[in-house]
Amino acid sequence: MTYISFLSEYGGRFLDGALVTAEQFVCSLALAVFLAHLAGLLLLSRTMVLKAIAVVYVEFFRGTSLLVQLFWLFYVLPLFGVTLDPFLTGFLAVGLNTGAYGAQLVHGAIKSVPRGQWEAAYALSMSSSKRMLRIIIPQAFVIMLPAWGNLVIELLKSTALVALIAVPDLMFEAKQMNSSTYLSTWTFGTALIIYYVFARFLITPTMRSLERIMARRMGRA
Amino acid sequence: MQDLSSYPLELTGPDVPMVRFMNVRKTYGDFVVLDDLNLDVAAGEMVTVIGPSGSGKTTVLRMLMTLETINGGVIYVDGKPLTHMPKNGVLVPADAKYLRKARSSIGMCFQHFNLFPHMTALENCMEGPVQVLGLSKKEARERAEELLSMVGMIEKKDQHPARLSGGQQQRVAIARALAMRPKVMLFDEVTSALDPEVIGEVTNVIKDLVTKHNLTMLMVTHQMGFARDISDRICFFFGGKIEEQNTPEELFTNPQKERTQQFLSAVKAAD
Repeated sequence: MTYISFLSEYGGRFLDGALVTAEQFVCSLALAVFLAHLAGLLLLSRTMVLKAIAVVYVEFFRGTSLLVQLFWLFYVLPLFGVTLDPFLTGFLAVGLNTGAYGAQLVHGAIKSVPRGQWEAAYALSMSSSKRMLRIIIPQAFVIMLPAWGNLVIELLKSTALVALIAVPDLMFEAKQMNSSTYLSTWTFGTALIIYYVFARFLITPTMRSLERIMARRMGRA
Repeated sequence: MQDLSSYPLELTGPDVPMVRFMNVRKTYGDFVVLDDLNLDVAAGEMVTVIGPSGSGKTTVLRMLMTLETINGGVIYVDGKPLTHMPKNGVLVPADAKYLRKARSSIGMCFQHFNLFPHMTALENCMEGPVQVLGLSKKEARERAEELLSMVGMIEKKDQHPARLSGGQQQRVAIARALAMRPKVMLFDEVTSALDPEVIGEVTNVIKDLVTKHNLTMLMVTHQMGFARDISDRICFFFGGKIEEQNTPEELFTNPQKERTQQFLSAVKAAD
């Protein structure tokens, strides 16, 4: 069997798997970005309860293994009467985990917007929510964007773990094909290449162009 | 908790000043920055605060902008309390909502301009009027363009701050503060971060404001010549107190206190 005939026979399954990986990626990214901003802002809160919630979230999901979190959601929650669909469990775990890392980026970026920006917005009598939304977050976004580039690639690679709870993603399909054909080099090799192409030719250029757009909006390009 | 029952809820009478600091005290922990400050600024008056670093002069402006909370006394603006609000017939420390409304009559320009880098010069000047005063974009644009023309920055209105020189940024910052139509303008060392050759373009704008507009202004500066030219009154701060205050002419030519004399001769020697 040549690699060409291998691809013509199994190419469809690689595509199916890659599509599920893409779906997992998009859903967990959306969740991670939302949670990162929410928790990042709560970390700055002066209300102790809100801050404590954010600290516990970040500490828990950053401090424990993603794989264990995934298994916990999948195997332990049903013992408490909550059964989630594998696809949902997959992106919840990855999104929650990456969101905790993202929260630190959001928190750090907001803190590194110069103090004078807060003061200037304050001197214009802007309310604290407007100061945050209109003045601080747009600048924090530019600061944290390069770090998000790394995190988004990490997130893509983390989605491979969902194969372990039977989400039919790229990794899951590759494993299945491997156990029926024993062509490990080709199955896992192809999966590696697809992950690489995804990261290198989709995510990286997207993040770069986002950085360029933001630089232009800051009048720097 | 200080006893505020002796402070009036509102200043009344024929000579209500635009700004009144009444027994104002500011401390950082044990360190007393300003001790029992009493200072009135009349409507339309230009008062310049000078003094050695650490004398508390910038703190005076920052307290008036409510960027610093005060530890004693009350500040009044246009007869109404700024730092406190009336509640059940006595003054209590102002809450965030009251402060937001009260400080809207005050505009401030900073040493490092602090323009919003993600907005053009025009957008910087429209942000407050649209977001805070609730003007339509059209009204805000007209107001912003008028002010940018006044400070000589209309040609650069679509530039971001990163593309502007320090002097140009400071002129936009002045326009941005004026767009809120403040009753009191504060200038905190607005020329200190500028290259010597562009200081003039900023001081000329401020001179224009003094001669053509009836704004109440408080300024902290190290430009003694400039202060002397445009101020109605100069306050010399030393060790958290007003050591001496007078008309520029009197204070610069005939300072009464030894500390003032020392400061002025040191400044002169440095020039």
